[in-house]
Amino acid sequence: MDLKVNGELRSLGDIDPQTPLLWVLRDELGLVGTKFGCGISQCGACTVLVDGQAVKSCSYPVSTVGNAAVTTVEGLAGSDGSLNAVQQAWVDLDVAQCGYCQAGQIMAAEALLRAKPNPGDDDIDQAMAPNLCRCGTYIRIREAVKVAAATRRSAAEASDAAE
Amino acid sequence: MTALNYADIGDVVPTVTGEHAMASDANATTDLLVGRLDRRQFLKLTGLVGGGLMLSFTMPRAFGNSAALQPNGYIKIDATGILIYAKNPEIGQGVKTSLPMIVAEELDAAWEDVEVVQSTIDQSLYGVQFAGGSMSIPMNWDALRRSGATARAMLLGAAAKRWGVEPSSISTRDSHVIHAARGRKLAYTELAAEAAAMPVPNPQSLTLKKRDQFRLLGKRITGVDNEALVRGEPLFGIDQTLPGMKYAVYQKCPAIGGKVASANLDAIKAMPGVRDAFVLEGNGNAGELLPGVAIIADNTYSAIQAKRALKVEWDESDASKDSWSHAKAEAERLRHGSGPQVVNTGDVDAAFASGANRASGFYTYHFVSHATLEPQNCTAWFKDGKLELWAPTQTPAQGIGSAAKVVGISPSNVTLHQLRCGGGFGRRLYNDFTCEAAAIAKRAGVPIKLQWTREDDMAYDLYRAGGFHQMDGAVDDDGKITGWRDRFITFTNDGSRPVSGGGIHPGVFPAGLVDNVRVEQTALPWSNRCAAWRAPGSNVFGFVVQSFLDELAHAAGRDSLEVLLEVLGEPRQMGRRGMHTGRAAGVVKLAAKEAGWGRELSDGHGMGVAFYYSHAGHIAEVAEVSVNQKQVNVHKVTVAADVGPIVNLSGAENQMQGSVVDGLSTMTGLSVTFENGRVQQSNFDRYPMLKMPSTPEVAVHFVDSDYPPTGLGEPALPPLAPAVCNAIFAACGHRIRTLPISEEGFSLA
Repeated sequence: MDLKVNGELRSLGDIDPQTPLLWVLRDELGLVGTKFGCGISQCGACTVLVDGQAVKSCSYPVSTVGNAAVTTVEGLAGSDGSLNAVQQAWVDLDVAQCGYCQAGQIMAAEALLRAKPNPGDDDIDQAMAPNLCRCGTYIRIREAVKVAAATRRSAAEASDAAE
Repeated sequence: MTALNYADIGDVVPTVTGEHAMASDANATTDLLVGRLDRRQFLKLTGLVGGGLMLSFTMPRAFGNSAALQPNGYIKIDATGILIYAKNPEIGQGVKTSLPMIVAEELDAAWEDVEVVQSTIDQSLYGVQFAGGSMSIPMNWDALRRSGATARAMLLGAAAKRWGVEPSSISTRDSHVIHAARGRKLAYTELAAEAAAMPVPNPQSLTLKKRDQFRLLGKRITGVDNEALVRGEPLFGIDQTLPGMKYAVYQKCPAIGGKVASANLDAIKAMPGVRDAFVLEGNGNAGELLPGVAIIADNTYSAIQAKRALKVEWDESDASKDSWSHAKAEAERLRHGSGPQVVNTGDVDAAFASGANRASGFYTYHFVSHATLEPQNCTAWFKDGKLELWAPTQTPAQGIGSAAKVVGISPSNVTLHQLRCGGGFGRRLYNDFTCEAAAIAKRAGVPIKLQWTREDDMAYDLYRAGGFHQMDGAVDDDGKITGWRDRFITFTNDGSRPVSGGGIHPGVFPAGLVDNVRVEQTALPWSNRCAAWRAPGSNVFGFVVQSFLDELAHAAGRDSLEVLLEVLGEPRQMGRRGMHTGRAAGVVKLAAKEAGWGRELSDGHGMGVAFYYSHAGHIAEVAEVSVNQKQVNVHKVTVAADVGPIVNLSGAENQMQGSVVDGLSTMTGLSVTFENGRVQQSNFDRYPMLKMPSTPEVAVHFVDSDYPPTGLGEPALPPLAPAVCNAIFAACGHRIRTLPISEEGFSLA
């Protein structure tokens, strides 16, 4: 079986097709940025994108992915290594405490901003609600999503103006 | 009761509460922090060996590397850059950033020039290394400042020598020595080799900066690991991978104290991906190795699948029979009779007899779990009689000691790599998971990563104990509180001492503040392990005493804020180790002013105030809520804190906001219950933590003061629940006396 992850085709060899995507990423592909929290889709620590949609990889059999493109937190930075807008906002606002949930939070925010470039407060609360933060950094996550949204919009405007 | 030994998980956590005061010099600070703690227990917790409490106030030995300036364990400057070592585990309170900031301040290094590296575990260099009790900042403040000042003095000396000028004629700034009179400067990196040859000054002889000279402390600095974090780099314990590593899980008896009678090991070993399965007997120590079945597999999924298929017959003859419903019934009975006294000042009975108004209430709080988002795990490799551990632990030295004991080798043959912890809250003060990994690795002969599932994590926590308080109080004709009685029913693991965080101390509020106070304490036997949970003791006592104070204010027909300030009284130090009532009143007034206490509120809205002193921090909180059909909307929480000067404003504010959210999450719907020795909740579906939509606005205000700084990991949590519950009463007239409030039918909007 093969898997498209962060723009690369990775071979999985002879793997149990029922293996959750989470454990394929962590144990087989060495992509440990995606975290194990609960195993039953209740905390969001394992959130990744499958064709741009946020999914809980702990409860997502790898066989379900098929030809879709998987994006993990390791795949967000630009090819030159620069952080993307969501990652940069998380650093600038010093969002993390323990930081364990933040990869999942970042992926949930990324999915939201791809779908809704200009989210309102309720959109943010609704999109981020599945992702638990045990340390309680929700106030900063909310703010960071807004900052990242503004950064992406101004980048998009600049790119439109250039064309 | 089980046959297990609970001694190591007793009151091992140093708590700075009640009678602990602020002190100005380093030795007194040590005394403050260790405080009433049993010295033996402190040594056990911190893993210190040998003679005295060798804290890092003693400047450690210098190094011999001639090319690098390394006057102590915290700093290494050479031609390539400035390294500062972070000594303590990072569990989410930001100490990997804030401790090095303290060094950099006195070193006069520009923060952007500094690279921070996690240190090794080395008592001779760093003294005690652990994360707990909100102690990292206060215990290390003085030593870290002096370590930075030491290196700075040597750099100054080297520059003075090179330039042939008096050290007093030159200065430092932003990683450079500057000779202003001649307009020349030298980078620390250029001077490092020469500075290394200078004599190391006596750290106590150095002049430290005054607060108004700080250039770095008090600023907002983003965490040093943040960039690696957002890139998903392997920072956490769970992220470690070794060549040839296998994946292990460990199944223990659902009722603690149970042993393995038999298990379907052959069937498990035949499963795909499974390499081995075997029984471990346990070592009888409740904090180390419990009996169970280990499974070793090629990957985590195969290991978890095998664990699901595992069938164990347990011998439960010595296992826990704990029952929450039984404990509740016992407490109902006990609250009507008196118990052993912890505090008895004045004449409570006379005060009750003569009081103009009385109030009473029976308060209950449930057990809760730490629920660190990173489930317990540890990677271990036992090879040639030596053990190497990669462990997310709050107490690395204790982890080394207990793992060495479990595998029967000397602690000097154990190396522990301290890794970022996905949350601590007190859970990782205890190294049971480290012991399990060590024992499994010894048997496996290959490196293994032990992974607890979430279900393991909830079933084998060391819980925040529940408890019960029958409260009675009296006020006189003037509405002044004259009598206070707290009949406390708690739990004991060892049959004598209350569990850690479940013992009331003689300085508990309002002892010393109200004339006639009696506090009684009775402990019910309990087998499931209980231990420190963020702000141990304070996180529940704060709820009870600050709620009941509000009840008495209402019984007197008076304003709650006015009564709280009256009880705090004139500014004074409460004993050598207690709170300062002036600092307490200061934060209460500040929170009230910033929240607009007394202003007219909309219908259905209410405000509540609470204060609590813990971990040497004075913190007041005011909550504004509205209540509709038992649905509580928490609009805003205003926090005022006096913890001395702030080291990292960003981190400090984050801790305050997080403590409010954690406090609100826990008081709202979190509870673990027990029947037949078993925990009834198995995963987050039945342990519903607060989510973003319920998060209130949190306004944080710090008092500027010259007291030595104290920690912020814990003290902002205790005032939250009473502030919210007092606000709920103000809004709807319902007095919450049970946590979580879901037990009384309330929920967050």
